[in-house]
Amino acid sequence: MRVGLLVTHLRAEEKLLIEAFQAHNLQPDILLDRQITFDLTAGPEQRTPSGAAWSDYDVVLERCVSTSRGLYLLAVLNAWGIRTINSHTAAVTCADKLLTTLALASAGIPQPSARAAFDAESALEIIEQTGYPAVLKPVTGSWGRLLARINDRDSAEAVIEHRQTLGGYQHHIYYAQPYVNKPGRDIRAFVVGDETICAIYRTSPHWITNTARGGQAANCPVTPEMDALCRRAAAAVGGGVLALDLFEDPERGLLVNEINHTMEFRNSSAPTGVDIAARVADYALRQAEVIV
Amino acid sequence: MSQPVCPECGGAVNVPADALQNELLPCPDCGTELEIISLNPLALERAPEVEEDWGE
Repeated sequence: MRVGLLVTHLRAEEKLLIEAFQAHNLQPDILLDRQITFDLTAGPEQRTPSGAAWSDYDVVLERCVSTSRGLYLLAVLNAWGIRTINSHTAAVTCADKLLTTLALASAGIPQPSARAAFDAESALEIIEQTGYPAVLKPVTGSWGRLLARINDRDSAEAVIEHRQTLGGYQHHIYYAQPYVNKPGRDIRAFVVGDETICAIYRTSPHWITNTARGGQAANCPVTPEMDALCRRAAAAVGGGVLALDLFEDPERGLLVNEINHTMEFRNSSAPTGVDIAARVADYALRQAEVIV
Repeated sequence: MSQPVCPECGGAVNVPADALQNELLPCPDCGTELEIISLNPLALERAPEVEEDWGE
């Protein structure tokens, strides 16, 4: 049995995952994304930096903090038929907010409305259509980075000009949502396979509630309604090990805002009492058909 | 395990006994994020800067 752990470097989460695999008497191979090279026209018999052939792995868990590296690694491994968590399909959907919105919309999952545009003039148009306050987001990005709450047309024009002038081509993809007047918190729910294993409230006086930005974590009971919504949403993007960000909309109820495919969880096991790393490792081994 | 120093500020860095190669840890003096690039011999480098596509 061989398990690979794709990483950019080892954070608290990856150490917890290594310990969780060790509890099954398995020592995962740590595969640093910066050290990996591929002959893309050859097959999975070529060697990893650890010395094994890629085809030797029963399952590879992708935990790269670098989203682009992770996506390409998954693309290659899945093209070779190697089982990964998550799949490239799920990861590429979750890594892009526009694609996530489309997948959720196709499945009829409640979510904030969202509009997209591709140049300055049309970006202003979708923000005006959204209404103020609106939230402008990069389609790829994390940790609350470069989110802009836009309260009026002057702000919209300023942010658009900055993005047009200072940003690369990805910042010229405009994705706007209405600001959801959430109650000073949002919900981060963890789905592993077909189960919502736990959830936390992320509370902050700031409208951006990410724990990476100082949001405080507390246990959030998983209601049957939340569980059903999360499992449907996870399935809509391809399933696997996912973290869903939910808003409590005063009028519409629970909305799925974003889905993360390489979630951080170091601050979530203590308040929820759920050993998230152990659940992820168990799931990975079930996928590799070690645990029946 | 001898006590290494931060390559940025020269401060002493305590490396936990269960540390792993390629693990991140902050310098207690200057806060620089460091990466353990080798356990034997123990060696630290500045961790790579956060890039725009980093996240979860």
